[in-house]
Amino acid sequence: MVGFSLALWSAWAGESALEVLDARGRAAVEVFPAAEAGRVVLADVTVLPVSGPRIEKGYVAFDAGRITAVGEGSAPALDGAVVVSMPGHVVTPGLIDTHSHLGVYPSPGAHAHEDGNEMVRPTTPGVWAEHSLWPQDPGFERAIAGGITSLQILPGSANLIGGRGVVVQVVPPRGGRAMRFPGAPETVKLACGENPKRVYGEKGGPATRMGNLRGQRQMFLDALDYQRKWREYDEALEKQASAGSATPKKKKKGEEPAKPPTEPGRDLDKDTLVGVLEGRILPQIHCYRADDMLSMLQVADEMGFSVRSFHHATEAYKIRDVLTAKGVAASVWVDWWGFKLEAFDAIPQNAALLAEAGGRPVIHSDDEKGIQRLNQEAAKAWHAGLAEGIELSEEEALSWITENPAWVLGIDDQVGTLEVGKRADVVVWDAEPFSVYAKARLVFVDGALRYDAERPVVWSDFEVGQDAGHAEVR
Amino acid sequence: MLVLLTTALAECLVVKGVDAGGATLAVRMDDGRVTATGQVSSVGCTVPELPTGAVITPGLVAVNSTIGLSEVGMEDATVELMGDGDPIRPTLRVADAYDPASVHVPVMRLGGITSAVLNVWDGLIAGQSGWVRLAGATQAEAVVAREVAVVGSVGGRSRALQLDRLAEVMEEARVYAANKGKVTANAFREFPEGLSVRDLEALGPVARGERPLVVGADRASDIEAVLRMGQQQGLKLVISGAAEGWKVRDQLAATRTPVIVDPLVYGAGSFDQVHGRPDNAALLAEAGVTVMFESWTHNSPILAQLAGNAVRGGMDHQAALDAITVNPGKAFGVPGYDGLKPGNAGDLVAWSGDPLEIGSRPLLVVVNGEVQPLDSRQKALLRRYRELPGSPVPALSLPQ
Repeated sequence: MVGFSLALWSAWAGESALEVLDARGRAAVEVFPAAEAGRVVLADVTVLPVSGPRIEKGYVAFDAGRITAVGEGSAPALDGAVVVSMPGHVVTPGLIDTHSHLGVYPSPGAHAHEDGNEMVRPTTPGVWAEHSLWPQDPGFERAIAGGITSLQILPGSANLIGGRGVVVQVVPPRGGRAMRFPGAPETVKLACGENPKRVYGEKGGPATRMGNLRGQRQMFLDALDYQRKWREYDEALEKQASAGSATPKKKKKGEEPAKPPTEPGRDLDKDTLVGVLEGRILPQIHCYRADDMLSMLQVADEMGFSVRSFHHATEAYKIRDVLTAKGVAASVWVDWWGFKLEAFDAIPQNAALLAEAGGRPVIHSDDEKGIQRLNQEAAKAWHAGLAEGIELSEEEALSWITENPAWVLGIDDQVGTLEVGKRADVVVWDAEPFSVYAKARLVFVDGALRYDAERPVVWSDFEVGQDAGHAEVR
Repeated sequence: MLVLLTTALAECLVVKGVDAGGATLAVRMDDGRVTATGQVSSVGCTVPELPTGAVITPGLVAVNSTIGLSEVGMEDATVELMGDGDPIRPTLRVADAYDPASVHVPVMRLGGITSAVLNVWDGLIAGQSGWVRLAGATQAEAVVAREVAVVGSVGGRSRALQLDRLAEVMEEARVYAANKGKVTANAFREFPEGLSVRDLEALGPVARGERPLVVGADRASDIEAVLRMGQQQGLKLVISGAAEGWKVRDQLAATRTPVIVDPLVYGAGSFDQVHGRPDNAALLAEAGVTVMFESWTHNSPILAQLAGNAVRGGMDHQAALDAITVNPGKAFGVPGYDGLKPGNAGDLVAWSGDPLEIGSRPLLVVVNGEVQPLDSRQKALLRRYRELPGSPVPALSLPQ
């Protein structure tokens, strides 16, 4: 009865039995070898901390994987620190992409690796992207060369509820689990609009947008019922535990020992949705049109959960007041448009308008090429706004690929800005990061140097022994 | 109407700024054509107001473009679907399907794009590509050339078989041309199935090496095989894709074969691109290959960004700018598009800064000597939603 006792223990610790069992599914199999993360001072650099204004000439120091100082002028002496002086370079937080299919639709495209859409039925909340993730995807090393240090890998959008996403750090891969961002909350992918009804229209449905909504609502209603059973179980456990401690030992003769309450059967699909209802699992919803987003917000209100971010959200600008009031982020492209009807009203000022309204825009890639230059995409979105009189600061625009995506993934207390105490996920650029010509020169993850443009290292086993992909150092 | 049009064209236009290298530049256009550069007279001409230092470049040219052929990508009714079961269609002129009223046209112009070389797809010989200018309300005004190249393919289940079939088609076209009299008199042998007399006639210029054959190939060995076939058949080729082009750049240069590459292909979208690298375009250009860039039509305004990324990958700035301005005219043999010179098309863009830099934008777009409105459906949506609620629009006031 290991499950019983563990659940019992944690019920005392304030976690539900289901939460504990769910976490057991994510327990580490291996401990990823700790990286070298000594004392480093990046000196004589321009710093864009995002949390504050630009520092024209300053420093960033980190120690044992955490940022220890950020400031103007010369860095304070730090015993045993390696001081790297990089005049002319610009330091930003590591970039974060909220929407990627690296590993689940890896490069090069291959039938054997099409692991991103469980297209067997329209609702599969019980599948996890982590279990599809091919860690040898060469896309990871391309991403870090673009300054990406964390990303969310999501199932595709064929399904109304496509399964759990996984937030990973960009580190040399061994397995999806080993790449998990430490302590990042679970996420789940949902989709509305054209994709699910196109995929299932002739396979039993949904065939319409109203069918989509019915599918979403019914799944959550079923999950509410499941949640009730598990709550009753938690209560019974708690009751027994307090009864046990109140009347120790002595049993009357002939009295049956109290039976432990029966654990309800597990349902992996509903486990995920209960996590959403309890706010432990952050919903990431693929949704383009304004009216589709409003429908999903209605479902969320009805069922009692909060949408963390809409993804693609080409019409977020039309309902930026609602998104802002509800605290829902929008992860968007800049200039992808017209490839389907629900993208026909996309405008390049989408992110800027949302930011101006006080909302939380994010520039995402959803693309193995786009993730290599997310800085350029944010720059385009910023300039598209500036050209139309939407006056926003550089820090604001940079937050669309750093601080805001960190919030969307629930890791904003750990990364997303250059602040003391945060993880030392740091990019050193060879030019202003919003220039098309800028390249990441150095990229640190948890204070360890993981990418150096002048010393390319092949990560992917797939590319070992192939004449693949790397430019000569010029 | 005709009178108005004539008046508009008769008006001359003078644009003053600097070239991409920073040297002072003035361009005068009359009747849609460049008539003078350098010391030009602006007497009687319209001179648009531009900030000092505006950078003037020839208009950008999108290649492999589906502009005007694919309005909403996933709605078949709005897309020119060419695969109709006939794999050899050299008589198909895709410009006949070009819609100058496409909402993509003004969006592309806002990215500084003033011309497009149309893509044709699906089949061994997909059809004839055309050259359109991104202005004009009718095909008559927009289509500059209906036949600039034939687009072929060596994709499919067997590259070797497709190559052999392409070779056969070209041989048959020359056999036909040499025996036209007998064919007309019904005194000649049959041609292989699927090759009509109309097909053979239309293939003539390509088979004689006068008009380019565009062939998609990414893998170095495929490029090599296509080049060999082209040499044997005496063809003028353009290689599209060329993700691994850098490995065969000397062969490409020696055969004077232009390439259309996507400078963002790095990280092997397919197995044919495994050896792609970020300095592909740079290495090709350094070897003397004529390079062009292609992008996806539904975000084609990024053509300048693509060129910027090629520079980021090591390409010379002017070479990258040439790739999106003058090289397509040269590669496809369309006269009038090899730079801002007297006699050439009056297509130019004045940029707020370095044309390849993200923060720069077109301040003035001229197509065929006419200043284009810097407006689009996207901008109309922006205006509508600049203040919320935007839509639904408020109730109307009562009629007076």
